[in-house]
Amino acid sequence: MALNRREFLKSAAAASAASAVGIAVPSSLEAAATDAQKDWRWDKAACRFCGTGCGIMLATKEGRIVAVKGDPAAPVNRGLNCIKGYFNAKIMYGADRLKTPLLRMNDKGEFDKHGKFRPVSWKRAFDEMEKYAKKALKEKGPEGVAVFASGQYTIMEGYAAQKMMKGGFRSNAIDPNARHCMASAVVGFYQTFGMDEPSGCYDDIEITDTIVAWGSNMAEMHPILWSRVTDRKLSNPDKVKVVNIQTYTHRSCDLSDFNIIFSPNTDLALWNYLAREIVYRDKKGGGTEDIIDWDFVNKHMVFAVGPVNIGYGMRRAGEKSLTPVRADGSAGKYSALEMQTINKEMAKKISAKEAPALAPYGKKEGEVMKNTAGTLKHWEISFEDYKKSLEPYTLDYVAKICKGDPNESLESFKKKLQMLADLYLEKDRKVVSFWTMGMNQHTRGSWDNTLSYNVHFMLNKQAKPGSGAFSLTGQPSACGTAREVGTFCHRLPADMMVKNPKHRAHAEKTWHVPPGTLNPVGNQHIMKIHRDIEDGVVKFAWVNVCNAYQDSASAKHWIKAAREMDNFIVTSDGYPGISAMVSDLVLPSAMIYEKWGAYGNAERRTQHWRQQVLPVGHAMSDTWQWVEFSKRFTVKDLWGPYTLRNGKKLPDVRKDAKKLGYNDNTTMYEILYANARAKKKYPIDLNKFPQKGYDNSECLGDSRNVVGSDGKVFKGYGFMIHQYLWEEYASFGRGHGHDLAPFVVYQRVRGLKWPVVDGKETQWRYNVKYDPYAAKANPGGDFAFYGPLAKALPKGDLMGIKNKKKKPLPNKAKIFARPYMDPPEMPDETYDTWLCTGRVLEHWHSGTMTMRVPELYRAVPEALCYMNPKDAKAKGLKRGELAWVESRRGKVKARVETRGRNRPPQGLVFVPWFDEKVFINKVCLDATCPMSKQTDYKKCAVKITKA
Amino acid sequence: MANSSNNRRKFMATTLQSVGLTALGGLLWSGYTDEAKAAKLILRPPGALPEEDFLKACIKCGMCAEACVNRDTNIDKETGKQRPGTLKMAKGGDNKLIGTPFFAPRDVPCYMCDDIPCVPVCPSGALDMPSLLNAKKELDINKARMGLAIVHKESCIAYWGLQCDACYRACPLLDEALTLDYQKNDRTGKHAFLLPIVHSDVCTGCGLCEKACVTEKPAIFVLPREYSMGRAGDHYVKGWDKKDQQRVGERNLNKIETKTKRSEESPMDYLNKGVEY
Amino acid sequence: MKNIKYLLLRRVTQIGLLVLYFGANAYGWTILKGTFGSSLLFGVIPLADPYTTLQVLATGFVLGSDVLLGALIITLFYMVVGGRAFCSWVCPINMVTDLANWLRRKLNLDKEEVNYRFLKRRARYWIMVLGLIVSAIVGVAAFEVLSPITIMQRGIIFGFGAGISVVIAIFLFDLFGVKNGWCGHLCPLGATYSLIGKTSIIRVKHDHEACTACMECKIVCPENQVLHMINKESISVTDGECTNCGRCIDVCNDDALGFGIRSFTNKTKH
Repeated sequence: MALNRREFLKSAAAASAASAVGIAVPSSLEAAATDAQKDWRWDKAACRFCGTGCGIMLATKEGRIVAVKGDPAAPVNRGLNCIKGYFNAKIMYGADRLKTPLLRMNDKGEFDKHGKFRPVSWKRAFDEMEKYAKKALKEKGPEGVAVFASGQYTIMEGYAAQKMMKGGFRSNAIDPNARHCMASAVVGFYQTFGMDEPSGCYDDIEITDTIVAWGSNMAEMHPILWSRVTDRKLSNPDKVKVVNIQTYTHRSCDLSDFNIIFSPNTDLALWNYLAREIVYRDKKGGGTEDIIDWDFVNKHMVFAVGPVNIGYGMRRAGEKSLTPVRADGSAGKYSALEMQTINKEMAKKISAKEAPALAPYGKKEGEVMKNTAGTLKHWEISFEDYKKSLEPYTLDYVAKICKGDPNESLESFKKKLQMLADLYLEKDRKVVSFWTMGMNQHTRGSWDNTLSYNVHFMLNKQAKPGSGAFSLTGQPSACGTAREVGTFCHRLPADMMVKNPKHRAHAEKTWHVPPGTLNPVGNQHIMKIHRDIEDGVVKFAWVNVCNAYQDSASAKHWIKAAREMDNFIVTSDGYPGISAMVSDLVLPSAMIYEKWGAYGNAERRTQHWRQQVLPVGHAMSDTWQWVEFSKRFTVKDLWGPYTLRNGKKLPDVRKDAKKLGYNDNTTMYEILYANARAKKKYPIDLNKFPQKGYDNSECLGDSRNVVGSDGKVFKGYGFMIHQYLWEEYASFGRGHGHDLAPFVVYQRVRGLKWPVVDGKETQWRYNVKYDPYAAKANPGGDFAFYGPLAKALPKGDLMGIKNKKKKPLPNKAKIFARPYMDPPEMPDETYDTWLCTGRVLEHWHSGTMTMRVPELYRAVPEALCYMNPKDAKAKGLKRGELAWVESRRGKVKARVETRGRNRPPQGLVFVPWFDEKVFINKVCLDATCPMSKQTDYKKCAVKITKA
Repeated sequence: MANSSNNRRKFMATTLQSVGLTALGGLLWSGYTDEAKAAKLILRPPGALPEEDFLKACIKCGMCAEACVNRDTNIDKETGKQRPGTLKMAKGGDNKLIGTPFFAPRDVPCYMCDDIPCVPVCPSGALDMPSLLNAKKELDINKARMGLAIVHKESCIAYWGLQCDACYRACPLLDEALTLDYQKNDRTGKHAFLLPIVHSDVCTGCGLCEKACVTEKPAIFVLPREYSMGRAGDHYVKGWDKKDQQRVGERNLNKIETKTKRSEESPMDYLNKGVEY
Repeated sequence: MKNIKYLLLRRVTQIGLLVLYFGANAYGWTILKGTFGSSLLFGVIPLADPYTTLQVLATGFVLGSDVLLGALIITLFYMVVGGRAFCSWVCPINMVTDLANWLRRKLNLDKEEVNYRFLKRRARYWIMVLGLIVSAIVGVAAFEVLSPITIMQRGIIFGFGAGISVVIAIFLFDLFGVKNGWCGHLCPLGATYSLIGKTSIIRVKHDHEACTACMECKIVCPENQVLHMINKESISVTDGECTNCGRCIDVCNDDALGFGIRSFTNKTKH
């Protein structure tokens, strides 16, 4: 029965080739896979976990998933998986799946915020949600209704949620946990390319000569990609070089030719050191070599800079929860200790460490820099100004501030920096720079991202096969759902912005909602939603496909606000976690293979799957929950006039609604989901692929006969809502460089990398040879950076704008001057240790799924505090002993580990965040990149004491 | 007289009976005890003497297990409940020699405490402290040889090409006792195998790998070194390894002579048999 | 209250010791750690069971000095002071066999006299010697493999497992089989302590004058052969097999029995 290897290779090659050109895999090849188990049904899907986007095949038998295998036809993983992927078949069957809605109630059966959770019907659940959402809307307007969204939503779920929030509630307070993982990468892409997401793809790995991984641990977080990196290294061990650059030694370091351990936050200086080497060694920069590809730079690049005094994305003075300021230094709901750090948001004294880097920007050591709130503002500067900004990053200065391991000699560290520069600068050496959270979760994460492109651009090593800076994503659909669908507070699908009137009009037209419905103010990012709950602005919040109360830094504040203030928190989840525990209402959600869905991975690959099994218990998908919720709101309820807190007014659009054929009592369900277009164009057809033979709980109901939101058995919407949501969403991007293929195509292929033009996916964007959009924008040329955002800039120098007139920069990308700056909280005498947090391979995020897989739970049952043996000894701690990890915000107990996979230098500890018993986000600081609003989970100051 | 001879006969009979019963009891007892100690695939605490000697020496006092379980770190301070300790005292039904300490890594491995609390408390010397002292005369858990991990390749998913290495990441002597062997995966053409390899000269047998292994039954598991290691002959020294002579050690000159069925007979006996023709 | 004074005291001692051992494991107390085989008192004083030590020595293993010292301390203590008190004041199996004995009386099983006469009280000395021989042959402390005493004690400290069946077997044997079958006939540890304790100074004394020959003492005594002097002469019970349990004193309503210090003069020679 088994294919021999030759046949296998042939069929795998055929299948991946087939999927590459967007055609169906021949059925004879599919048959080879399905013959083995006659009563098993195999169907393709995407792995539930990380952003790598491996393809899997699922076997179902009698309505249960019985087995999983890596999809041999999937180009990313070719039949392999990592250990999380290996357990996809088990993640939905934990003993404590949520099976029915649960509401906090008193003994009389009334909702009571201090009551105990008791089971209720879906109808009762939606009754309460409706009541409290309407109350919030009445008291606080659209800003009072918020959603913690997700990079693990299916694309259709994310789109359904965003449509109801922005089109229905007129609220932009929907922001995904992807804010915590990708936002800095997004700002980096927007500022540099004018368009989100990487130019290259995973195929770069097989083509490149050099893999430099910054602030990442690919071996644990992207294992399948790491095995491709390893394979590349093995294929030519002398030529191919691998370098890992991060703040502690970890699992990925084993493969490296050399590793650089830097002091937290100084990666900014490392990138600038590389840029300085490039510029100052080049003839035009005063050197003697030909290093910069001036032809490329002159044709495609401009130099730019933005303000540096942008704070650290923390709360700002005057916010409700920071008032009143008291004599003891405390303020509002924040202790004096916490305020020690928060005060830096308003003003910070420039340290000796950062002063040289800030000198070109006119700052001096000891000067108190007044910070403004973060801004995306930037302006064009000359090459000379850019060169001036790089002047401080001499080998001596950089080595001095960057060296992260006190036990490493300065000489050895300098040598490594030079080796690194040599690798990047070597003519004809292809280089890929990968990074993940180390560069994104960073109070200057957006800067850090742009700095990576600088180096690649000046060497003309970007957007080419085997070369480029490539941001890896953490979540399975951070790209597909959060970014491409735009489930961020400031975004709309396909890189459109709520701030842009044209984009709003486009969305309003597509959605058939009246002009002026959409709210132009999109500032309630995920930390802002937490802060708004604490300030009493948000009164209704719904947690979707994430664990917002475990995954947010300064967690104590947000939990206190949710539990003690006048608000209503709902969590939809498959399993009970911290967020559910903090909530007032818990809804049971269908999990991944219990619904139709689609994910988009880090290389722009979109992958679809069909519903494989019925959900457990009375669980229903998040799409269904949103659509049912929409039935409770009418034109009259939502589309009246509002005044936002900044004074901006949202117009009354009820009259215009009438013009569209709606009346006061038309429900959002009828407008946004079950409208005439949807019903007509996307009928149920159970005799045809892909619907034939597959469950569809939303469209048809199912044999469980779940009693729905109206108290009657749910019989389905009667049209193919998944396809409708997909196609309407895809229409945003088609013709704008975000082209997605039709729904049915994705059901056949193993994913396609957008833009999909004429049925073909795109491997390298902006490169005329590979990207039809680039070819169109620059016929006969080589590159076109056609991203449309911020493509006209005023001119100035490092100190500010000198000429306000905006000059258009069509098809150009930007090289940014960005200095090294200190993070707001650094180790001092009391809190003497850096804390870095992250993940482990065995567990996904907050562990709601993987902690329920017995094998994974046994492998890693608890989060450990990894520390240097010398530090442990100095603090009187033994391996395996419990220690307090304490910051200005809180403390947790964790077991000390001084051996094994993570080996921090002295002065730094690493604690993973998956374990709710080691609730490390109580300790972390909610400082964010002020531009991207992404939290910096990688650094704050703690002290470690014996527990 | 008759009475006294009667008495003597009775005495003789009773003595004979006692001796007989004692002999019978002794046989049964020896048989049972021998059987009971035959559970050989058992992992002992760090520093344990070789099994034969350990069984002689262990006084079954349980102080090692108490030292292990009792580390305050082993009490879950949140719940006040005790975390299961590594060292257990064999009970009836464990199929191990009753009352002796052992550990089962799949349940609770040895966490390799730096101060090895279980060893210094041993009163009998069954756990041999000197064997765990390093050159600086400090206790060094890396010197423990409780067992040796073995990888069963057919069931190890890393050998299937999956990216697992859970054992490797769990190893306290990562990259020393357990290393990864990188090999190209020609089946996919673009991935690598990351294969766990155990090094017997470093592996302590703590079993953290066995605990972490994600297969249903562990594909990496610890056995006593006696059962997990082969031994090449001591008559051959690797020509490419300068240190290999140490492995061979001193040869026993009395055992130099070899004997097979063919060489059993003396040359004369053999020669005198004559050739059949 | 009077007629259970020593019984109570013994139970308090037995249970108290078990609690200390249990607490050492469960809570990390350092008063008394280990098991009867070998313990540590107050974290410094080693204690070890003499018979266990002998078995280990019989295997040919050269024991650590802590155990030897511990065994010496225990031996001296019982030799000089306690007599065979281990059996009735320390050993947890004593509670089991006492219970069996009590039930046996309540159920009138004694009257049946289904006593296995072939089983002599001196069998234990044979077993004691045999244990050492088997230890030497097999290379493992042989009695420790089946000793219900340490099985029970470890059971209480670390959890029982199937080991509980040994304890139940002893109980059933004493209840339905031979009266005082285990402690009085078989236990080699008891045999060892009988030999060691022969010379101790704490002894039960009998006052022939006060005795009314009710024979209550002989009924409760687990080793009633040692009470051969009852209603006969006023001497101390000097037989090593007496466990100093004091039950005879408890049940005596005539003050004819009591603990005393052995007299080494000839006046009350036995």
